[in-house]
Amino acid sequence: MRTLATVLTLAGALLLAGCGDKAAKSVSAPSTELRIYNWSDYIDPELLAEFTKETGIKVTYDTFDSNEVLETKVLQGQTGYDIVVPSNHNVPRYITAKAIQPLDKGKLPGLENLSPELMAHMAAFDPDGKFTAPYMQGTIGVGYNEAAVAKRLPGVKLDSWAVVFDPVNLAKLKDCGVYFLDASEDMYAVALNYLGKDPNSKASVDYAAATALLAKARPYVRKFHSSEYIDALANGDICVAIGYSGDVLQAKSRAEEAKNGVGVAYFVPKEGSQIWFDVFAIPADAPHADAAHKFIAFMLRPEVIARASNYTQYANANAAATSLLDPEVRDDPNVYPTPELSKRLFVTTTKDQELLREVNRQWTRVLTGR
Amino acid sequence: MRTRPPLAALAPYLWLLVFFALPFALVVKLSLSDTVLAMPPYAPQLDFAAGSAGLKSFFAALDLETYRRLASDDLYLASYFSSLRLAGLATVILALVGYPIAYGIARCSDGARQVLVMALILPFWTSFLIRIYAWIAILKPAGLLNQALASVGLPPLTILNTEAGVLVGLVYAYLPFMVLPLYAVLERQDESLIEAAEDLGCTPTGAFWRVTFPLSLPGLAAGALICFIPMVGEFVIPDLLGGSETLMLGRTIWNEFFANRDWPAASAVAVALLVSLLVPIVLYQRQQAKVLGR
Repeated sequence: MRTLATVLTLAGALLLAGCGDKAAKSVSAPSTELRIYNWSDYIDPELLAEFTKETGIKVTYDTFDSNEVLETKVLQGQTGYDIVVPSNHNVPRYITAKAIQPLDKGKLPGLENLSPELMAHMAAFDPDGKFTAPYMQGTIGVGYNEAAVAKRLPGVKLDSWAVVFDPVNLAKLKDCGVYFLDASEDMYAVALNYLGKDPNSKASVDYAAATALLAKARPYVRKFHSSEYIDALANGDICVAIGYSGDVLQAKSRAEEAKNGVGVAYFVPKEGSQIWFDVFAIPADAPHADAAHKFIAFMLRPEVIARASNYTQYANANAAATSLLDPEVRDDPNVYPTPELSKRLFVTTTKDQELLREVNRQWTRVLTGR
Repeated sequence: MRTRPPLAALAPYLWLLVFFALPFALVVKLSLSDTVLAMPPYAPQLDFAAGSAGLKSFFAALDLETYRRLASDDLYLASYFSSLRLAGLATVILALVGYPIAYGIARCSDGARQVLVMALILPFWTSFLIRIYAWIAILKPAGLLNQALASVGLPPLTILNTEAGVLVGLVYAYLPFMVLPLYAVLERQDESLIEAAEDLGCTPTGAFWRVTFPLSLPGLAAGALICFIPMVGEFVIPDLLGGSETLMLGRTIWNEFFANRDWPAASAVAVALLVSLLVPIVLYQRQQAKVLGR
């Protein structure tokens, strides 16, 4: 027993010594490592390799597939991550909780390249971009298997949320697979919008109406999930998904690469939809904040972010990068919405705890059919 | 017994204190807290610097609000019963599948037994997640199972993302925990008991039901409890193989924790689950004590 105690004490001492060492290092010398926590399927791995080659900073890259998971981890603290990528409507929560630190703009040349019109969307969430720098933006819309849907919905124009919310259409699509996002706030925003209500409504009657709409659609939905639909669409396992623009377009690319004969397409419904921004933020307790700034500065370079967009098929807010994009990305209205479509896009606002709980409670009822 | 050093006698209690009582106390404390938008996302925090005044204000801020909310929403109860039902159903299937396997292995020759037990355990050297993902590949609409069915002209089955999928996953993942305790009991049985029963005019089937089966009940009970208790709170299997209508407590806790960022509610559900499972756990321990005492 005594030996065990000695070993434990020694191990503890070593651990402490190790930690102290690290803390001391981060003050004096620049960091040699960087830990990024980003959405799944959301970066060109080559860019990470190039960043390491250029700066000598080793990158650890982990992924998540929902804002909820990200926020829970970051608010718990000590995640060890230096960069996290929340979406616009959650940013005020991080700021209130003091979970992210202000950016040192002196270390971020390239901020001036950001499009003022697009950054205006972010003003409500992070005035003056004090805490965040944009990574990508995209829309929520409908991804579908062209042949399978054409067969089941002949003559139906694919331009409306009715394709995925009207039970008449859903009944015909059920057999080949319908996926909805498992993201309560996003789903309620588009459902409210489809019903002609304010997508940022605070009235519980509006949410009850949206719940009724979603509950009617539910029996036809095979699964609620926020990332599985990418592969499922690409493999031809499902025929319709409510999804994020770039994810659906990635499914399209994967199907083309696999040459499996599956044609995937995407549309933003005419009733309008949500545009969201994913932004880089540095957790308050990030161990390598200096490396994080270097990475954000790297991603602010027009030629880098252009390649990132070519890979993810999401648009970016860097005006100087637009001309460097692949023409098929730049000219795709599903990636860079036309001015006419832009008018119908809305951003969602932050919900308070009570409303959030109520929305999630109703969402659980939708999911479980109770 | 008397000469046993006191430290060794305390060891199990120390173990319980460090790995059960303390974490449980933390969870109970969390369940009595309130959510706030801060780091960490709950209050009150214990302020040691403020001394006894800090302690007093800490305890004053704890309340049963979260439990009141749990009681007022029938979703939690529905989720609890749904978990019990699925875990119970899976336990019954496990007993039906596991018993013949354990019995078969126990009846084999020594060498064969070792190979068979190894075969039972070997898959567990692969990551749990990979094995569950393998089931997705088997059960998905255009997966291996439906391809096999189609090749013999049978209609496809929809199993993935339904309760049936959850049951398949649960039975697969917990099978060794049912088979091994059963096997341990069956293997130890004295074969002369069966011979005696047959000498006294019992048919082989009769001997099984009158001798073998009653003697194996402790193993069956142990296996059932070892499987049932963790299955009630299972999260990964219902999440990956279940559909959205599969309501299980593991998911409910996940939802509270992540979707609602409501740590107190997640903790309260966990406490309620643990307290309700104490009954089978105590039953299990008594059972174990009986088996060991024999």
